[in-house]
Amino acid sequence: MNLTFKNETFRDDYTFRNSPESIRRFPFPFNEDKYMYSVNMEPHVPAGPAGHAYNKPIDVDEHYVAEMRDRALVLKEDPLRYQALPHMMAAQWDTLELLMEAQAEGYPELFTLEKNGDQWRWINRPLGIDQTFTFGDASTLPMEPLEYITRQAQGDFVIVDQRDGQLWCDAGMVTTQADWSLDFDIGMNFHEWHGPVPLAHEIGVFDRALKFLLNLQQGKPVRRLNWTMTINPRLDTSPENYHKWGPDRATVTPENVGNKVHLRCELQTLWRLPRSNAILFVIRCYLIKMEELVTVPKWARRFHRVLRDLPPQLVDYKGLTRYRPTTIEWLAKFDDGQPTSPGIYPD
Amino acid sequence: MLVAGIKSRPVYGGLNIETHAKRHLFVLEGEGALALIDQVKAAGPDFLKHADILYVVSGSAAHEHDKALAKLGADTLWVAPTIPVLLNRLNVMLGQAKMGTHIYLSGTEGFMGQAQQVAMNHGVDPASLHTEHRGSTARRVQCVHCKGITDNVTTSPYTCSHCGLSLLVRDHYSRRLGAFQGVCIDAEEPGTAPKPEELFP
Repeated sequence: MNLTFKNETFRDDYTFRNSPESIRRFPFPFNEDKYMYSVNMEPHVPAGPAGHAYNKPIDVDEHYVAEMRDRALVLKEDPLRYQALPHMMAAQWDTLELLMEAQAEGYPELFTLEKNGDQWRWINRPLGIDQTFTFGDASTLPMEPLEYITRQAQGDFVIVDQRDGQLWCDAGMVTTQADWSLDFDIGMNFHEWHGPVPLAHEIGVFDRALKFLLNLQQGKPVRRLNWTMTINPRLDTSPENYHKWGPDRATVTPENVGNKVHLRCELQTLWRLPRSNAILFVIRCYLIKMEELVTVPKWARRFHRVLRDLPPQLVDYKGLTRYRPTTIEWLAKFDDGQPTSPGIYPD
Repeated sequence: MLVAGIKSRPVYGGLNIETHAKRHLFVLEGEGALALIDQVKAAGPDFLKHADILYVVSGSAAHEHDKALAKLGADTLWVAPTIPVLLNRLNVMLGQAKMGTHIYLSGTEGFMGQAQQVAMNHGVDPASLHTEHRGSTARRVQCVHCKGITDNVTTSPYTCSHCGLSLLVRDHYSRRLGAFQGVCIDAEEPGTAPKPEELFP
């Protein structure tokens, strides 16, 4: 594996692009030509063609360095994007261990973890970090363990505490979110923090998902894909900054659809943590431009059909109303009506 | 009745006196006084011997509920001039409260939310609180952009009293903040906010 990290931005001049390899590895979220909510969870085991985002338990890609730089910028403006309630310290260390081990095992040329009892040494070559610390002693790290490691791992992270037969959103690092606020939702239970999602409560999705997750076992992580769309490759589509990025939604024209409109996929993975019995919820965001997406003919056909036939409540909830017609019209050129193969991978 | 179907909103199950409790602490605002008075009618006055009442009149001064509360003859009654002053005293009292004390909140949702925050900071499980909504359905709302809180919001959209954005009041409630969420309504086309509608009288 030979990763070249891109020097790119997710704000201002928006220089983010996917290389051809990065397009092929994109976790395309539709396994058929239509979409509705479901408890679409499967074991998080290595899968997919060589190089796919499903190959490693914690995926590191060509956007790693740029995404970590963007996270640091978000936190500088708004430190409330990282919060942890006091009882979550054991879960913080669990998470640090999981992310260090998974990154070091998956990418030994990038990361090294040396353990000598509770004396640990962590080397992160892409970010130029070499840190020796005592596992379990927060005073030996420059910041809390969860903040420390999630400034060095792609994706948003929520740690969910399990008690009273419920799951509680009690800690997190959330800077690449699809329009939800950790500062508002911290301390809520599973049903409360999903409260605003339309339709899914009524068809029992959250009841079933909760039941499933309460029984999640250590060493058997699960994954699911979720999606929305974003105008410009902006990672920080937070409600806090909605008044800043919202106007972008009115800027889509037939001429700029290919470059401006992005499919935003979340690879969500859930991990039972060993000491705290909490669950780590990783929400990893992948962006792909329409002009990149249509280089895979199967995805062009399928996404055209999904977007065209989407239930109206989802169009509204996902905020697609303004630019959906223009995008469907543009995508229609790439849909010749041929059948598509099952599954999410490119042909 | 408050609008049902908001998943994150607490359910206010009624004051329902726990007659065997060692101590009762009533934290009441405005028409919340009537919730306690109704309980006395239903359960009899015996529990009042072990009851402390904190009351703030708020907007209901004309109804003289404070006088009606005084007539109940509870062990203690204290009428606070404002909500923050009441919350201060509640905070001190909870710091000294003994095991077996039951806490009862009644009044507007924003008031109960703030009192609940104080209780949660003392490690009280919100599920153990007795709560009953009385009075206006006005909402306490946090602006998600500037984080400023505005009390007694009766319309959606409303203008944030701190940053001036026009905010849609979402049906999403944070117990920790004791507030609903307000999100900019005309972000995508600034200047196109609809007229405020009186939704929470």
